[in-house]
Amino acid sequence: MPRMRKLLAAFFVAFLPQLATAQLSIEITGAGAQRIPVAVVPFAGEAALGPVVTAIVKADLERSGMFRILEVPAIVPVPTEASAVNYAEWRARQADGMVLGSVAVRPDGRLEVRFKLHDVVKGADLSGVAYTLSRDQVRSTAHRISDYVFEKLTGVRGVFSTRIAYVVKRGPRFELQIADADGAGEETALASLEPIISPSWSPDGRRLAYVSFENKKPVIYVHSLLDGKRNVAANFKGSNSAPAWSPDGARLAVSLSRDGGSQLYLVNPDGSGLRRLASSSGIDTEPVFSPDGQTIYFTSDRGGSPQVYRMPVSGGTPQRVTFEGSYNVSPRISPDGRLLAYIARNGGKYQVATMDLATRQVQVITDSDKDESPSFAPNGRMILLATVVGGRGVLSAVSSDGRVKQRLTISAGDVREPAWGPFTK
Amino acid sequence: MRYFLRYILVSAALAAGLAACSSTPEDEQKPAAVEERQQVPLPAGGATTQPVKPDSVARVDLTGAGKPPPRAPHNDPGNILSRRSIYYDLDQYTVKDQYRELVEAHAKYLRANLQLKMLVQGNTDERGSREYNVGLGQRRSDGLKKMLLLLGVKEEQVEAVSLGEEKPADAGHDEAAWSKNRRSDILYSGEF
Repeated sequence: MPRMRKLLAAFFVAFLPQLATAQLSIEITGAGAQRIPVAVVPFAGEAALGPVVTAIVKADLERSGMFRILEVPAIVPVPTEASAVNYAEWRARQADGMVLGSVAVRPDGRLEVRFKLHDVVKGADLSGVAYTLSRDQVRSTAHRISDYVFEKLTGVRGVFSTRIAYVVKRGPRFELQIADADGAGEETALASLEPIISPSWSPDGRRLAYVSFENKKPVIYVHSLLDGKRNVAANFKGSNSAPAWSPDGARLAVSLSRDGGSQLYLVNPDGSGLRRLASSSGIDTEPVFSPDGQTIYFTSDRGGSPQVYRMPVSGGTPQRVTFEGSYNVSPRISPDGRLLAYIARNGGKYQVATMDLATRQVQVITDSDKDESPSFAPNGRMILLATVVGGRGVLSAVSSDGRVKQRLTISAGDVREPAWGPFTK
Repeated sequence: MRYFLRYILVSAALAAGLAACSSTPEDEQKPAAVEERQQVPLPAGGATTQPVKPDSVARVDLTGAGKPPPRAPHNDPGNILSRRSIYYDLDQYTVKDQYRELVEAHAKYLRANLQLKMLVQGNTDERGSREYNVGLGQRRSDGLKKMLLLLGVKEEQVEAVSLGEEKPADAGHDEAAWSKNRRSDILYSGEF
């Protein structure tokens, strides 16, 4: 039966006429086996607002694949966060969690959103929050409520308030865009007639490093999102590519060909302090820091085929990490440092694989065949990636265990090069 | 083909700039251009109407306007130097023998024109990681640059870079397209 629903969803996504909006839309193509049943009661007074708070919260929770959103019958009078709760009644509706709330307009015209989360199984009030906000902050407030519910019920911090960066290609145009994690509210940070690749978020979420080909060659820029100011971080003779921030935001690991071949260097984000990191006769590229900042993982074909290696940032001999197969590239490390995600070629298919760094156990977690650029959510639970569906570039997200899958499509364009931004305060 | 057209355009723009600064002796000796009108094909079905000439008087213009700009050798379609792309087999980075004459001609040209600079852009097909493909394209452009240096070109004259898979010559997704995309392109001063 869920399979049937999936098929129907796929059908509608495939055949409904594309809307004129350029916004990313999200389709869930798989869900976790153990989903927590949650009831989100419409907030008293929310119907008067533009975006409906509980609709956004429900979509957030549903999309995570960790919750099953229950249908709630109309309740009269509409309950609020202050209403008394009859837990037996909600238990009968099979709810484990339940959210009540209200929206009110304050005398100064600002809004006040209050909510309370209940653990129905234990019959316990899990507390709640009251927010004062302007009318254009309804969406972001709803995402914060989702984060609260997610964390209380799963024990893991939610990522609904984070942002993603990606590149859209429309005809000859390339746009580096930033959107909320649900694909809404996209803004263009950079538009160019030449390719843009490899966006990388600074740890504070304020800047992006990326590679732009606007000078007929790859040059690394650092771009401040708030004011649009950008500076060249690496424009040496030859190619300058694959920037990755150190966890403290003080340095970039990059791949440069200034001394022949593609080799790893460290450079400050302002372009100063260049230092060579490693030497090989092969291609060394796609460096990433481990979350503790001590280790660099990278792609190298020094052994004959491209594989993932690692080495101390302080220098030393690189060790090979991946062994299965002849093409393992684009390493990323989970925020807890335990999981390596990368792209593995399996019989001509490029798929996302993970390796448990302690046990070395490898798992292929996607079933698509042109996957690129994996990127961990800051809570480590999901991996965003680029893939191709029906000849078009789309973004996809998969849970680190491969169970939950989502697809993000954008009308009239190819989407690629996703990067999931850090937690914001 | 698209590249070819681009070079023509670039060359025209470049040469127009040159013409504005100075005129070479070769330039002065060239006869004034004769304007060629394209033949208008008769409509199918054997219609007998004659195309009406818009202007029956041939115009002679000595003002210099409309004069064809001088062409640099590397932009002369009849010159081997106008061939700017070399292609590679899958996973190959060495310049095939069939391009030896072409590379030697470019080397000779650079040796004779020390003020000229060259940008070599290595490219790959679309398969696999974009960043690793930047590395593979670099391997191609580095290889071509090395060959030019062995042929006596000065290091300062040549920069080897990679565009990875980002600038395909053919946007297709099959081997016919990929074989056109695994290439190195040569650009001269003014074109980059």
